[in-house]
Amino acid sequence: MSETDKIHLNKILKFKKNLKKNILDMALHAGANSSHFGGALSILDIISVLYGFKMKIDKQNPMSENRDRFILSKGHACLAYYAALCEIGYIKKEDLKTFEKNDSNLLGHPVRNTNIGIEFSNGSLGMGLSIGIGVALSLKKKQKKNNIFVIMGDGECNEGSVWEALMAAPNFNLGNLNIIIDRNNFQQTGDNNLIMNLRNLKNKIESFGWNTTEIDGHNINKIYDYFKNIKNEDKPNALIANTIKGKGFSFSENNNAWHHSILSQELYDKALIEI
Amino acid sequence: MKIEEKDIKMWSIIGSRATFGIAALEIAKKNKNLITLTCDVSTSAGLDRYRKMLPDQYLDLGIAEQNMIGVAAGLASENFDVITTSFAPFQTMRCCEQIKVNIGYMKQNICMVGLASGLVLGPLGFTHCCIEDIGILRTIPGLNIISPADSLETVKALNETIESKKPTYIRLTGSSNNPMVYKKDYEFKIGKSITVNDGKNITIFSSGAMVYECIQVAKLIEQKNLSCKVVNMHTIKPLDTESIKLACQESDLIVSVEEHNIIGGLGSAIAEIKASIANSPKMLILGIKDIYSKGGSYNFLKNKHRLTPTLIVEDVLKNYKINNE
Repeated sequence: MSETDKIHLNKILKFKKNLKKNILDMALHAGANSSHFGGALSILDIISVLYGFKMKIDKQNPMSENRDRFILSKGHACLAYYAALCEIGYIKKEDLKTFEKNDSNLLGHPVRNTNIGIEFSNGSLGMGLSIGIGVALSLKKKQKKNNIFVIMGDGECNEGSVWEALMAAPNFNLGNLNIIIDRNNFQQTGDNNLIMNLRNLKNKIESFGWNTTEIDGHNINKIYDYFKNIKNEDKPNALIANTIKGKGFSFSENNNAWHHSILSQELYDKALIEI
Repeated sequence: MKIEEKDIKMWSIIGSRATFGIAALEIAKKNKNLITLTCDVSTSAGLDRYRKMLPDQYLDLGIAEQNMIGVAAGLASENFDVITTSFAPFQTMRCCEQIKVNIGYMKQNICMVGLASGLVLGPLGFTHCCIEDIGILRTIPGLNIISPADSLETVKALNETIESKKPTYIRLTGSSNNPMVYKKDYEFKIGKSITVNDGKNITIFSSGAMVYECIQVAKLIEQKNLSCKVVNMHTIKPLDTESIKLACQESDLIVSVEEHNIIGGLGSAIAEIKASIANSPKMLILGIKDIYSKGGSYNFLKNKHRLTPTLIVEDVLKNYKINNE
């Protein structure tokens, strides 16, 4: 590992720590409205590497022409997304308190608002990758080399529209398109394998014509290496990130009760110590 | 855009679908920012020449309408002008929630064109007929809905829509040898209805290929010494409320005629406005009476659902008489 890598990794870890704090703050302010806590924490390491290192971002201008594009297809995991947008300065810290409040820009699923860097409304599952294909085609037409990153859930892969899109991306040779599937093995009411078994997801996607890689979605070094080396050539890139729902806090890890739950002041205080 | 009378005749012969394909090609030749997306329907949409001539501005998504709408939204978010098209049921209902989120909620500039809506595909059955599209899409905020009366109006509606940069659904009805409501070029404005036959006692509102039939209705009614106004309500959303208010002042009976379920379509839209107008006249809503009938030819189905001029006249006069006894 080079010195530069070490600097990057340290920066990512610091970034992630701040995101964790932001997530806790929003979850606490959501109060009885609850928040999708577990699925946000399972993508935290990935989103930290993307927003803390990989993605081209202009901190002064969320819609800069030279930005990489990001789509949170599993829109319910927006705690992690808003946390990152706050850390890069697009969302004001005090606005995190408005999470899920009346008239807020920060609802429980992202609503398109380019002033704060949210380019797409999501929340209804299975729609983000199709949008990503449209954006990827656009950037190719504009002869731009920027990347598109789409984070999807494994439960989300139950949706038929996901497979329409998985089929289409390699058909159009969209090497600029990257998906990350958050394979936390849970969906709302339980175990993926018991509800709708995805079996060998990696083989399935590979057979559709994607470059596919499977890694531990909480190993920052591995996530960093992966994104540092991804290619933007002919084939789109799929990362299956094996993750743990609710990762990072003793009370929520691998506990599907935290799919959508209330963070009490007591648990918040406990969680702060665990950061 | 200069429109010759010989073009209008030719468009009428080939019908609204093939005319749409020609119009899209003409727009795309000038507007390099326009991309047309289809789901394996280039021939049905009259887009084969477009596909060959402008391959960079054409994209076939295969038989996958949900994905098509998402891809369209991605292109629109990067400031491309986008047309999507498929047969009306697949263009609207198969991907309805994608339309809600990507086009309605996100307000993306996309023009959807529903091919062969209404009853024209009757021989193929009601999987392919479309009598629900207006009702469903009308409930999505911010989406314009246009149902052109003939092939010329199809060209004009498409041009206006692309220029408007507003999320829009264009509903194409009628077959080849699509009768001409307009034989010459005229002024078309989204949201502004057009009186195609003057009269007072009765006002008929119609849209799509039914407008021509309604002009025949008016002629038959005039033979009974009653006058009948026919309004081409080409834009169903936003609705021209002024023309409805005027009809309420002038006429003893208001009628709507459409190739759509009587629930949720043009008639419903007019009734929603009329409901708040005090002392407004009775209204008769004609269309498909909330039923999936057996299929058959276009003419067979129009007859079965009482949407031919003679049968419409019967229903209108019966109601006019009851109203005025």
